[in-house]
Amino acid sequence: MLARRNFLRASLAIGGGLLLTASIPGISRAAILGKAGPDVVVLNAYVRIAPDGRVTITAKNPEVGQGVKIMLPMLIAEELDVAWADVQIEQADLDSRYPRQVAGGSTATPTNWLPLRQVGAAGRQMLIAAAAAEWNVPAAECETTPGQVVHKPSGRSLSYGTLATKAAAFPVPDVNGLKLKDPKDFRIIGKPTRNIEVQRIVTGQPMFGIDVSVPGMLYAVFQKCDVHGGRLVRSNVATIRNLPGVRAAFEVKGGTDLHGLLDGVAVVADSWWLANRARQQLDITWDEGNIAGQSSADFAATAARMAKGAPESILREDGDVKAAFGKAAHVIEAAYHYPFLSHIDLEPQNCTARYAEGKIEIWAPTQNPAPGAKLVSATLGIPESAITVHMVRAGGGFGRRLSNDYMVEAAWISKVVGAPVKLLWTREDDMRHDFYRPAGFHFFKGGVDGDGRLLAFSDHFVTFSQDGDVASSADMGTAEFPARLVENLQFGTSMIPLRAPTGPMRAPRSNGLGFAFQSFLDELAHTAGKDRVEFALNLLGKPRLLPDPPGPRAGPGFDTGRMRGVIELVADKSGWGKQKLPNGTGMGLAYYFSHLGYFAEVVKATVSSAGAITIDNVWVVGDIGSQIINPLNAENQAQGAALDGIGAALGQAVLIDAGKVVQGNFDTVLPLRMRQAPPVEVHFLVTDHPPTGLGEPALPPALPALANAIFAATGKRIRSLPFKDHDLSTTA
Amino acid sequence: MQFTIQVNGAPRHVDIDGETPLLWVLRDTLDLKGTKFGCGAAQCGACTVHMDGDPIRSCQTPIASVGNAAITTIEAIGETKVGRNVQAAWVDLDVPQCGYCQAGQIMSATALLVRVPAPTDQDINDAMSGNVCRCATYTRIRAAIKQAAAAGRT
Repeated sequence: MLARRNFLRASLAIGGGLLLTASIPGISRAAILGKAGPDVVVLNAYVRIAPDGRVTITAKNPEVGQGVKIMLPMLIAEELDVAWADVQIEQADLDSRYPRQVAGGSTATPTNWLPLRQVGAAGRQMLIAAAAAEWNVPAAECETTPGQVVHKPSGRSLSYGTLATKAAAFPVPDVNGLKLKDPKDFRIIGKPTRNIEVQRIVTGQPMFGIDVSVPGMLYAVFQKCDVHGGRLVRSNVATIRNLPGVRAAFEVKGGTDLHGLLDGVAVVADSWWLANRARQQLDITWDEGNIAGQSSADFAATAARMAKGAPESILREDGDVKAAFGKAAHVIEAAYHYPFLSHIDLEPQNCTARYAEGKIEIWAPTQNPAPGAKLVSATLGIPESAITVHMVRAGGGFGRRLSNDYMVEAAWISKVVGAPVKLLWTREDDMRHDFYRPAGFHFFKGGVDGDGRLLAFSDHFVTFSQDGDVASSADMGTAEFPARLVENLQFGTSMIPLRAPTGPMRAPRSNGLGFAFQSFLDELAHTAGKDRVEFALNLLGKPRLLPDPPGPRAGPGFDTGRMRGVIELVADKSGWGKQKLPNGTGMGLAYYFSHLGYFAEVVKATVSSAGAITIDNVWVVGDIGSQIINPLNAENQAQGAALDGIGAALGQAVLIDAGKVVQGNFDTVLPLRMRQAPPVEVHFLVTDHPPTGLGEPALPPALPALANAIFAATGKRIRSLPFKDHDLSTTA
Repeated sequence: MQFTIQVNGAPRHVDIDGETPLLWVLRDTLDLKGTKFGCGAAQCGACTVHMDGDPIRSCQTPIASVGNAAITTIEAIGETKVGRNVQAAWVDLDVPQCGYCQAGQIMSATALLVRVPAPTDQDINDAMSGNVCRCATYTRIRAAIKQAAAAGRT
């Protein structure tokens, strides 16, 4: 088994030079958290050094705007010790030699931080060995400057390009013997580094899924039942075939898995516009199945009824909440609600597929290509080895493209018509066939003692089930804050059966839970008569690590000291409590730990007498460990995440009526716009902890910070989203 | 039907249904894929192009209505001084995240700066609020417009 530990293989690259194929122990989630990972060996990266010194680094993960296509190669380039300007980046296809080709969960940083630096360091060591042999000197006398090996005593140097072919013949170093750079010597990591594709983006070069063009390609649309999972009974598809430009129109009998191929009618034409126009003539009879109770109004009524009874199950019970409420000086109750949300990726779902002779080539803007290939294999009945998936830059992901329903639709349609096909959804298709952020209802009760301390806390969380189990991303962990910090605490849950599919959306669970819990904690601080920062610091107590409850979601625990740190810094940066604010203006604080990141945010907002909300400023402070890998992108991601949360809070809800999503476009689901967007100031608190991810954890505090600011400004407590549905006016 | 439209300074001949939106003529007939489809309802601005210098939503502009107007797309906006300044500011400040909306943003920003060389925040709000950035890069878009405006004064 020792051989499996040998993590790098070197070979001559085509056209000369060193091809470094790195197989390193896979870093499982357990390993990130400081536990031993399974000793599996998996390919991790490619480094190719050409004789002219140019270095090509493969970016293994899908790029959806999170900046990972630069960030991962930065880690390799740093330890390889090459000039960033000499690096070219290639996007990998889906390839079983790479681990975790996924854009999700803010995991790319923690899972790749060490292994990809080791890949670079191993390459550097082989180049040094080759140079030492050339000069017949000890390797210990050699060091590197970017792209060069230098023999210090004699001052001789050789370029990586010159050495690459020889280096490929040297043994691959043991990962355990590799020396990594001292962070103070970093030349690439920690430096603001531009998106390598920004020049192509600003000049409109084709690069997104929707831009893919294949010779002989036809264009497709696919009409499904707007009641999710409805079955096709009959259609007038034969008449559609005679419409202008239409090459094919046919019924599809799909399965029952909402993530897979579903019933529908495909229309394939010479242009997308003709295909979509022909589709308007479709007349389809659906069997919608049982839609009783499947409306947002029914869900709210059911939740209110459930709240009157005991929870169906108890998630967590600490102390004696009932007795503690009896002893509390003040007890308050409040009902919170957040709605279903659509991901609204700006690039609607699309995929191009070319099926020929039992093989299929797919170009997909996907966050999660591996399950897509499995789905295509199972649905089309072809082996995975006959499937090629090219990961194309995606115009936003936010979790929607973790599902590959559009991929299997394109593959199926291409197989039926026997030609390359680009399937493109309309905005309405996208909004009505999403995997929605689940709505949720929280019935809170909290009690504070005479000193303003939180004595007891309970939540009856009414959420949704699908086929008997809790719906995707609709669950709540037993460690949800403030659990572990309140002596008497109860979390209970009840579930409403749901037909519409749900799924992860940027900061899954946390994006709704953060709003509800952090708003109610603000109410409790108000009830206690405490300043919000003081109340939070009292609740957190002295710096310490609170271990997670055992289970599949167990992480590294919750560090109260790190949370205190970001709260104190955001209070400082925002001038918390130091300004006399005009009438109608208020500041709100919220803090949240998710995806291994600690974030505290302050929003300053003004509400006019007519009820119009102006967000004046947002301050974001995050602790994601010891190193901000790319500060230029980190600021952008944190600003975007905070504004994403604010946009959802202000104007977004997806409502269900008779089993169908009511909204279809941006006139009813309102994305944030320039006129609403405040300045967002971002600070990172650097702490001595391993670097963690940033796509998600800056989002959850933004919504409650805004709600709390509105309360501070107006005295009105908003307990349901979106804000646009609330009248905040103070004029008669 | 036959149409001849002026795109990026050159006449282009297309034989197409007159109701076809300009967006799809640009993307799928003329292979100019920089202009994007986002909503099909003039709600998001991803399809913004210039018609005689004015920003328009090409998804709501039938080819038959274009006539002899000069159409400029993201692929050619860098041939103007203002467009070049806007693109340079976008690169310098590393504005994009996913990048999908940015062609439309740049077309709207360029039209603004041609009309108002030194825009106020309110001018920027008024001119840019029709362009959705789902990644919410608004902080940098605003800064880039100001930087491009400053570059235009030198």
